[in-house]
Amino acid sequence: MSTTESSVGIVSAQQALFDVPLDLACGKTLTSYQLIFETYGELNAAKSNAILICHALSGHHHAAGRYQPDDKSPGWWDSMIGPGKPIDTRRFFVVALNNLGGCHGSTGPSSINPATRQPWGSAFPVVTVPDWVMAQARLADRLGIDRWAAIIGGSLGGMQALQWSIDYPDRAANAIVIASAPKLSAQNIAFNDVARQAILTDPDFHGGDFYQNDAIPRRGLRLARMLGHITYLSDDGMGEKFGRMLRSGEYKFGYDVEFEIESYLRYQGDKFSDYFDANTYLLMTKALDYFDPAKDHGGDLVVALKKATANFLVASFTSDWRFSPLRSRELVQGLIAADKRVAYGEIESTHGHDAFLMTDQPYVDLMRAYLDRVAKEVAA
Amino acid sequence: MSQHSATTLRPDLQLIADWIPARARVLDLGCGDGALLAHLQSHKQVVGYGVEIDVGNIARCVTAGVNAVQGDLEAGLADFHDGSFDHVILSQTIQAMQHTEEILLEMLRVGREAIVTFPNFGFWENRWQILQGHMPVSETIPYQWYDTPNIHWCMLGDFEALCAKNGIGVLERVVMNEGRRIRVLPNLRGSLAFYRVARRG
Repeated sequence: MSTTESSVGIVSAQQALFDVPLDLACGKTLTSYQLIFETYGELNAAKSNAILICHALSGHHHAAGRYQPDDKSPGWWDSMIGPGKPIDTRRFFVVALNNLGGCHGSTGPSSINPATRQPWGSAFPVVTVPDWVMAQARLADRLGIDRWAAIIGGSLGGMQALQWSIDYPDRAANAIVIASAPKLSAQNIAFNDVARQAILTDPDFHGGDFYQNDAIPRRGLRLARMLGHITYLSDDGMGEKFGRMLRSGEYKFGYDVEFEIESYLRYQGDKFSDYFDANTYLLMTKALDYFDPAKDHGGDLVVALKKATANFLVASFTSDWRFSPLRSRELVQGLIAADKRVAYGEIESTHGHDAFLMTDQPYVDLMRAYLDRVAKEVAA
Repeated sequence: MSQHSATTLRPDLQLIADWIPARARVLDLGCGDGALLAHLQSHKQVVGYGVEIDVGNIARCVTAGVNAVQGDLEAGLADFHDGSFDHVILSQTIQAMQHTEEILLEMLRVGREAIVTFPNFGFWENRWQILQGHMPVSETIPYQWYDTPNIHWCMLGDFEALCAKNGIGVLERVVMNEGRRIRVLPNLRGSLAFYRVARRG
């Protein structure tokens, strides 16, 4: 195996249209929908080397490579996906999609509702992790993939990988669940609700139908993102990066931006509110809150996991307090009690929840070791 | 299947492996690179899990095809349910643990039987070095007193007393030195002790 890592290069997105109605957990039905996705690498003749990448709250289908050579940044998981990288595109055929309800090209609240020829807005149904997984299974059918060599995701993405292993046990050979949880804690739901309240109470939200009002609930999105961002970083990490640094070196005794951390958070919030859809943000946080695969099995996670046949890699990060190692351990305990094959790494990191997107060496090494094993299993 | 099956197991691990029946459920505490579990999986079709504190070893276990969970034994075995294993193994680690008695009890909470191995402090070479005025340094105790992880030394009788105190019975005991089994004067002539224990009654 070569140690030289490189990029998947120039990529482009594809669309898949589906007109078989999708019955959702909320009781509503999407009669037709489209999913946008990207692929990297080649599907082998046995179609055994496919890997599905599931995105987290603000993610999308652009996981690796660039659209144009001069794009400022590559896809969101370019550090992990590419030739010679742990998710090695010389061996694997990698599929990354934007989930239903998203705002990057898959059908979502900002898409046109065919029934009204208006943006869906508040009429877009609330979608759940099992709904996403069902839609992803249809995409797999379309691509001719019966069984994924691995399904990989961090945070909300990890929940999808876990759901796959339970809902389609024959179609998931491996599930890699990173910085995730088998269900959210009350504290985690509470953070989501504050973020939602920021959006819902923004006068520009118009009950979710802001598109028709030529408005964008920018303030709400910005606050939601700022709050989220705080919870994705660790106290230590934030301290190292910003400390109490002042932009101008002295107190101004006012309410404008003074501390570097304020400047950073406002910048992140502004940037986010420029491109992200408020309804999508609401949807994604609800999908997180509702996720609880044990609920359909008498509240017993072990019973839910019994159905899985996948091998599991579970990873958490020591400074992640939004999805703490304890939540991952809860999953690992369930997997062991259900007799599943599992490896669990608790990675030392100061990057908080964001660590799943970073490249702490032990994390990369563990991913590499696991995916090497996956490649051998599927003869990729 | 695994890369370890072709190589020979360390003699002390081989002795432990000999004690494990086919298709047993095995928990290996401080499983290192997973050599013992890989061997047991390929030779005895066991269902095995390892606990290991070092993330580098978790990756090595993954490569060896062994289930391994990163964790600190000092925190107990909360990840494992009562009676969920046939055998729980603690190999040459108990002497380095802060919570010696607790781990022994935890092993017999999650497992039907426990296998504990440790360097015998009563080995004559150790006694000789003490007589010469020094803390023992040997093949089984390869540390200087000031940088040793070993904090709870014991001899055969000490371990057996701890078991007795907790209502734990010794099912089998083997004492070795340099890969050979010692039957006469084991507490003097044996450098490494192997115990298979279970709750009485």
